[in-house]
Formats: sequence, structure tokens, C-alpha cells
Amino acid sequence: MELSASSAWVPLAYLIAGVLFIMALRGLSSPATSRSGNRYGMIGMTIAMVTTLVTHGLASMTEIVGAIAIGGGVGFVTARRIKMTDMPQLVAAFHSLVGLAAVLVGWAAYLNPGAFGILEGAQIASHSRVEMGLGIAIGAITFSGSIIAFLKLAGKMSGSPIMLPARHAINLGTLALIIGLVGYFTQAQDLWVIAAITALSFAIGFLLIIPIGGADMPVVVSMLNSYSGWAAAAMGFTLHNTAMIITGALVGSSGAILSYIMCKAMNRSFLSVIAGGFGADAGPSGGPAKEQRPWKRGSAEDAAYIMKEAESVIIIPGYGMAVSQAQHVLREMGDQLKAKGVSVKYAIHPVAGRMPGHMNVLLAEANVPYDEVFELEDINGEFAQADVAFIIGANDVVNPAAKTDKSSPIYGMPVFDVDKAKTIFFVKRSMGGVGYAGVDNDVFYMDQTMMLLADAKKMVEDIVKALAH
Amino acid sequence: MDFVSILSIFVMACFVGYYVVWSVTPALHTPLMAVTNAISSVIVVGALIAGAAQGSQVSKWLGLLAVVLASVNIFGGFAVTERMLAMYKKKDKK
Repeated sequence: MELSASSAWVPLAYLIAGVLFIMALRGLSSPATSRSGNRYGMIGMTIAMVTTLVTHGLASMTEIVGAIAIGGGVGFVTARRIKMTDMPQLVAAFHSLVGLAAVLVGWAAYLNPGAFGILEGAQIASHSRVEMGLGIAIGAITFSGSIIAFLKLAGKMSGSPIMLPARHAINLGTLALIIGLVGYFTQAQDLWVIAAITALSFAIGFLLIIPIGGADMPVVVSMLNSYSGWAAAAMGFTLHNTAMIITGALVGSSGAILSYIMCKAMNRSFLSVIAGGFGADAGPSGGPAKEQRPWKRGSAEDAAYIMKEAESVIIIPGYGMAVSQAQHVLREMGDQLKAKGVSVKYAIHPVAGRMPGHMNVLLAEANVPYDEVFELEDINGEFAQADVAFIIGANDVVNPAAKTDKSSPIYGMPVFDVDKAKTIFFVKRSMGGVGYAGVDNDVFYMDQTMMLLADAKKMVEDIVKALAH
Repeated sequence: MDFVSILSIFVMACFVGYYVVWSVTPALHTPLMAVTNAISSVIVVGALIAGAAQGSQVSKWLGLLAVVLASVNIFGGFAVTERMLAMYKKKDKK
């Protein structure tokens, strides 16, 4: 039965899909309700797709089902196989696909406007041209930006910022040109205009993300998340489709809020992140910290002995834990300590890792119960009572210079008060490398600090062995 | 639907998004990104219309390619979210 696309049931179905998407996000307010939320999302997507197919799709059902099967199969297998530590690049890759899909849909609508109901006489309605132009532009930026983010996150391209001369002028000029072309598109519905919009937008996506360094990736990934939403919303305007508009607005605001949270957690403005280049030349601001200061080296046995006698241990994981895949053995260490009556908590900084919530997922993967994992503001008061702060693969988020040194590039960033703990263990590969921001960390040289210099996973394995004795 | 009604839906949805997303617990920010990714692939609606339409072969194949890309995201996004959410467990009450 082919339903007419003008039936009153059709917009109602899309509205229901939109509401189900809202409920999908609402479910994420707590881990307990999150899984039913995800099911609402799946139901919403099924409703949207089935509605579209029964109103439009019967003529080419075979090709369409084939296309869904190919894409769905690839997506499903990837989702099952991906390692949790690779999640940031997977999300970036997925963003790029939404962006490219938006570009393709925009082009399809341009080439066959009748099918999309956007004709006004023989021409495409001028407001539809603006929406289409914007959708293609945002989609193309999302696509190429996400490709660069993916390459950087997957380590296939240097994570350090790559600076082009006069890049601000080039970027602003290109953006102005794109906006101008979208305006011109309402006057002349020519192929070259839309082709130029597409090409320039691909270019600016590359240019925008290339100068941004690895530790700013949480902001970039959130921002691209937001763009993919605005691209879907722009296409929703073109198609007058409520499900697409609601979803686009939801995803757009979601990404924008995440970017805001990430920027705030680094005390940096969104513009300065986008302007890029952080950490490229932190030499002078690092100041005279280069002199040799005394520090103490600890062993796995020391750490095991002190932690076993402690009453409370707070573990602070960072990107280094993800790199060395130390989360599972870290949980084992936590279990052994708990068996000896030690209170073990995990403290997570909002920008730890390469995407929002990155550390939480890895700890969840290692079976750490989520009620032992705390956010910065909830646990920071507890360091004064803690016997041990165990820092593994984190650095800048525990640097007291952020509180005291106005000349430091990370000044003003909220950090953990680890210096208040009785003993600090700092798991680090070597004394050579300083944190991403390129600043020295006073915590290394404190009286109560012991440096545990080794690969994170190897060190924690040794501590676990020592604890077993 | 006229432009103003569509715009109203959009503006209201932005506000709903604002409040709903602030209520998401930070521990679930990664699943939030994965699921928003999956639902933003609702752009598949446009792809399906293009893929089903007669009249322009180029437009049709662009549409079908977009269906493939969006489907990767839909199935991949929901599946990976489901996988992540299944890992979040509370402390065993013994």
C-alpha cells in the first residue's frame, strides 16, 4: 500500500520520530535509564525510515534495501569490533559520514528538485536554495574537518598543530566567499555556484582542523558533532521534515554544549581553540623551570606497600592510561586494594582523554562500577583527607601552576588538588616529556611525590604482583 | 508547512536540546556523542527520497550512496552506543 506523501499521518509519524529522539537523549541523564533511551532512538529511526519508504520508496525498493544492507552491515560489524580505546576516532569517522551524506543529499535535491517538492515554477524556491547551500556547506566542513580529526586521533597524521602562514586571513576570506556564494545562489541557480560552495567548504574544513593539536581534540570532536546536527537541520528545512529539524536542533545544541563544557574545563575560549596552535611554542611561557630539581623515584613495591596500608586512594587516569591500555589491570589493582579494606575512588577531569567522557567509557569497559567514578568538582574536596593520589597517564590536569602561575599557558584551568594528598604516585613513562601544554609540573618535585617511571600498564601490573604478596 | 512554522519547531527544539543535554551525566558524554551521531543520520530521509525518485539518474545514485553512508552511521551508531551502555554497571551489593 503506497501512502500518499500528503496524508496527514505522514508529518505525524515524523513528529513522533522526533519526540522519540528527544527521549533517547533524555535517557542518558543516568546510566540506569540510558539503555531504554537508546531503544527509543532506534524506534524513532525505524519510524522515520519506514514512513519515508512507504510514501516515496516503493519504486526502487530493491536498490534501497541493498544500500541499507551494505551500509548497515559495515556499520554494525565496525561497532562490534572496535576497541574502546579507539572510540574517539570512530566517532570522528561517523561524523564525517553524516557530513558527506548531507552534501550528497543537497546535490541530489539540486539535480532533481521536483522529487523534493521544492520547485517554484521551473526554478528552485529561493529560500530552499539558501537552506540547500548552507546544508551543503556545513556538511562539507563537517566531512573534511572530521577526516582530519580522524587521521590525527588514529595517529595516522601528526597530532601536533600544523601552522600555515596567514591562515587566519585565508580562513576568514574563504568563509566570507562561501557566504557570498550562498547569497549569489539565490540569484543564479547555476551548477558552478553550488560546485564552488562545495569545494570551498571542503577546503575550509581541512584548514580549520589542521592547526589544532591533539589535546584540544575533545573540543574539535564536540564541535564537529554540533556541525553534523546543523547540517541535518538545514536539510530538514529544505525537505520541510520535522524529524530532521528536531534532530538537527538536538544534535546541534548537544555538540555546542559539549564544546562549551570542554572549553570551560581548559579555561580557554572557543575562539582560541579554533584559532589553533596551542602547545606549539610553549617554550618561553614554560619559563625558567628547566633547571634540574631533585625528585624521588619509587618502585612498584614501594607503591604497593604504601597503598596497602592506606585508608583511601584516589586514582586519576589520563590519556596515557588509554594509550597503554592500562584500564583493566588498574581495576585489578583497585579490587586488590578494596579487598584489603582500602577505599578506592576514581577522579576524572572533563578533558581527560581525547573526547568528552573518554575515561568513563574505558573504566566502564574494565568493569569499574560507575558509582566509584567521580567528576572533578565532586571529589576535589577529598584530596585533603586522601592518603594516596595515584596519577596514571595524566599531567596537566594535576598541575598546580594552573592555580598559581599567571604566566603559565594553563593558568585558570580547574585542576585536581593532588598536592593536598599525603602521598602522590605519579606513573609516567620518563622524566623527559612534559605534559601536552609543554609546562613543567611542580608535583614531580614535591616531598610527598614518588615518580613511578615506566609504561603505565607494566607498572600497574608490577604493583598488582607486589600486592599479591 | 510555511517557513515560520518550521522555524518555530526548530527554535523550540533547540531549547529542548539545551535543557535535555545539560541533564546528561558527564560520565555518559561519549555515549551521548555516539547516539547523537546515530540520530543525526535521520538525514537518511532525504537520501531515501532522492534514491527512490525518478527523473534524474545522477540524483538517484547520489541518493543511494547517501543511504549507504547514513546506514553505516545508523546501525554503527546505535550498536556502539548499546555496547558502551551495557558496560556501565553499579557496584555489586553483596
